[in-house]
Amino acid sequence: MIDAGRPLVFLQEALRAGRCSLPEILDEHLSSIAICDKKIGSFLCVMEQEARERAGRLQGLIDRQRWPGPLCGLVVAVKDNICVADHPATAGSRILEGFRPLYDATAIGRLEQAGAILIGKTNLDEFGMGSSTEHSAFGPTRNPYDPSRVPGGSSGGSAAAVAAGMCSAALGSDTGGSVRQPAAYCGVVGLKPQYGSVSRRGLIAFASSMDGIGPLAPTGADCSLIFEVISGLDLCDATTVDLEGAPRAGAIRRVGLPRGWIESCCTTEIKDAFEGCARRIESCGFTLTDIDLPDPDWAAAAYYILATAEASSNLARYDGIHYGPATGRSEDLGAHYRKTRGAGFGPEVKRRILLGTHVLSAGHYQDHYEKAQRVRTAWRQSMDALFDEVGAILLPTTPESPFLLGERLDDPVRMYRSDLFTIGPNLTGYPAVSFPIGATRAGLPVGAQLWGPAFSERALLAIADQHGEGQPFGPLQRRREEMRMALRRAPVPEDSPGGAGEG
Amino acid sequence: MSMAEWEAVIGLEIHVQLGTRSKLFCGCATRFGAPPNAQVCPVCLGHPGVLPAVNRQALRLGLRGAAALGAHIPRRSAWARKNYFYPDLPKGYQITQYAHPLATGGEIPYEAQGRMRSVALTRLHLEEDAGRLKHGGDEEGPSSLVDLNRCGVPLLEIVTEPALQHPHEAHAVLVSLRQIVQYIEISEGAMEKGHLRCDANISLRPVGEQRLGTKTEIKNLNSFRHVEQALAEEIRRQRALLEDGGEVSSATLLWDADARCTRLMRSKEDRPDYRYFPEPDLPDLTIENADLEAARAAIGELPASRRRRLETDHELPADEARILTRTRRVADLFEAAARRAENPGAVARFMVGELAGALGERGRSLEDAGLDASAIAQLVDMVGRGELSGRQAKAVVREMLSSGRPAAEIAADQGLEVEQGEAALLAWIGEVLAAHPRELSEYQAGKTALLRFFMGQVMRVSQGRADPAATQRLLERRLRDGRV
Repeated sequence: MIDAGRPLVFLQEALRAGRCSLPEILDEHLSSIAICDKKIGSFLCVMEQEARERAGRLQGLIDRQRWPGPLCGLVVAVKDNICVADHPATAGSRILEGFRPLYDATAIGRLEQAGAILIGKTNLDEFGMGSSTEHSAFGPTRNPYDPSRVPGGSSGGSAAAVAAGMCSAALGSDTGGSVRQPAAYCGVVGLKPQYGSVSRRGLIAFASSMDGIGPLAPTGADCSLIFEVISGLDLCDATTVDLEGAPRAGAIRRVGLPRGWIESCCTTEIKDAFEGCARRIESCGFTLTDIDLPDPDWAAAAYYILATAEASSNLARYDGIHYGPATGRSEDLGAHYRKTRGAGFGPEVKRRILLGTHVLSAGHYQDHYEKAQRVRTAWRQSMDALFDEVGAILLPTTPESPFLLGERLDDPVRMYRSDLFTIGPNLTGYPAVSFPIGATRAGLPVGAQLWGPAFSERALLAIADQHGEGQPFGPLQRRREEMRMALRRAPVPEDSPGGAGEG
Repeated sequence: MSMAEWEAVIGLEIHVQLGTRSKLFCGCATRFGAPPNAQVCPVCLGHPGVLPAVNRQALRLGLRGAAALGAHIPRRSAWARKNYFYPDLPKGYQITQYAHPLATGGEIPYEAQGRMRSVALTRLHLEEDAGRLKHGGDEEGPSSLVDLNRCGVPLLEIVTEPALQHPHEAHAVLVSLRQIVQYIEISEGAMEKGHLRCDANISLRPVGEQRLGTKTEIKNLNSFRHVEQALAEEIRRQRALLEDGGEVSSATLLWDADARCTRLMRSKEDRPDYRYFPEPDLPDLTIENADLEAARAAIGELPASRRRRLETDHELPADEARILTRTRRVADLFEAAARRAENPGAVARFMVGELAGALGERGRSLEDAGLDASAIAQLVDMVGRGELSGRQAKAVVREMLSSGRPAAEIAADQGLEVEQGEAALLAWIGEVLAAHPRELSEYQAGKTALLRFFMGQVMRVSQGRADPAATQRLLERRLRDGRV
């Protein structure tokens, strides 16, 4: 029954008509997890019992002709840096082992209110810091199209789970591309909403001024449905806005292409797939215009300064007083902090805390933090000027296709460069969508992004669906189905990444 | 250089706890004295994923404070994070205001040596309080317990310019500020509850020198008296160093109230780098004109102007006006009673004298008199009309404080009405003169000052019921006539 490409509405028709039931739908996802996740390692915790009870309860409503809500039929996996009450929320870190949040993230509450079923918590780079999901304290997640390769990150667990059919959609978080880059690597649609569209309450903070929760799904239509549900004013997050009053983006007619970036950064295969996508979009009546974007290296430098600065502060609370492995009695307070944080954080997190602490230090603040803020302002001004000319900007999501596990672990700067094309919208706060546009010769997914002005999420998602290759019965759906078959047949590797427990 | 040639330069950093029902960024209660960690939630505990939401009432109180002190309130102010590790700070940073404070400038008026002065302010800003540590331990070694009830309670930090010269001025500034925050009702200002806390900066320089000397900062000043003592001690210490040709080194000191000396907390080299940066979880605060108008309207009358008004309106002596305006509550009580009474001046004298004295016996003060204005007015009027003698009034006020009943009722019950009848008065006078023949002859020999003695005796035998004016008139007549 689970379809590798048809939007949720088709499933909801079947549910309403009684041609299938919620427990059946859930069962299919749970059996996919049982078969595939040992090979992929998406889930840190599967909420099987709770999900079954909820599916039964919601089915009871449907049987009594009461429709549970707009997301009925959706089985959602949640990145493990988003709080679900009473379930672990590790953020991929040892330091949060054993922690169970007392409350649901606002987005989680809204999903459940809308009739969605939560199936489990997914793997990520520790605290969202990474581009490959290798920086998880609980082992890496693998790309379902080629398990020797990374699924991208940091929402790699979520993207791989959606691609492999272990859930029908997922929540991720995007601070510098962490929804879009894994969406591209795993051939699914991923949305980074406008900053302030979706409440961050319950999202374990990495860089508060850029963090955002976003949906990943096989289609833009499903991302759009989820976005409608989770977005909107939240009094518990002072940075959210009332979308009712927010300006709606007008119809998009002109689309800008940053040829300079693409030419200088992308591999041939990415360029080829991207040209195909651009031609499809042009043939649908959009006007393509060449545009110049500011230097991506400036954006990356500003991003890594601001994000690490905020992270160094956000992660200070993990001090071993409330959280962290018990390290026994310490000499003094300083020793206690060093011991807990030394043992609890992984190397990438430590690197970023050190960087962030440095850039905020007396004597460096002006040279680093303030300068980065000026770059950010300049970026926003350039983007605003561009969006006066074009309705959206189209570019590849990543300059390269998914890399091999381990390939970049010892080269952080090269790892950071996988975010080169995704950072812009996080700096400006504007929304962006990544959607599948084709595949490399080796069958690895290729994604493109649309960047739009403030609150243009719906318009961007609509274009992604019409002009990506995500239509039902299209080549993407075929490749996805083949991938899922291959994954089911593949042997379980000896160093099985899976091992999610019931949480 | 001789001792007289140094002058001290003192600045204060005062934290005022704002009297909101809930904390600055969450809905937790701020009640004092709750069991440890009973008033906490994921937000003030800094749990992963939580976000702050500004308590508008705290902002309103902060604005009222800034407006009352005449500070400039810009349209925009912003939150910042002050980063440091300590177990009483669960987020690892304090949300405060740094580059863009709530207000700048303004002044705190105070009285020193009978003259009104004021100290200029550098800035005022809002911030959240930290928790509290209770140090203790067991056989395994020292340990500390963490109570986070206070964590997130709203504070208004008020920073003065380094513009005071004497420890007693610092004391007077604090007394005045406490009075102001109580008047404008932004804080209870209760010292024992930690509602007002103060750190002091101090440096010495030769008289006539414009540049400031190297300063030290003194913390752990738990009472206004400690502030004064610690500053005096630190002046002594710095002066001794300088006069020996040494140098003061920049440091943070802790006041040890028991030993009456300062102890080094950290030297300049260990000064923490707080790595301030803008708080990304909170948008800037925008203060509209309507907010400012509301803040100004809520200030009401400030203590200094109320005191002046009482002095002119009711022709009160300065001392009485000062006592009666010490708190807004007492001033309100006085003015309400004065409005109802025939003679406001008598109300003032009664409150400052009899009432304060009777309350003092009970360990209370005018602040918690427990009498309403009309009860006070009635009693004062009865005395004024001669219906009660001063001595009877003493008894009645004590009974009023114990039973809460009105003066007229008590007087009637106890037969305390003043005796003005000539026969009764003459009988008491006769009794007194008969009992004191020696004093009588002395009086008749010219020692007329004994009149007061006889008056007192008549009051005693009449149990205070004798009307003083009538008694004196009759007594003088009897003594003049020489008839016994």
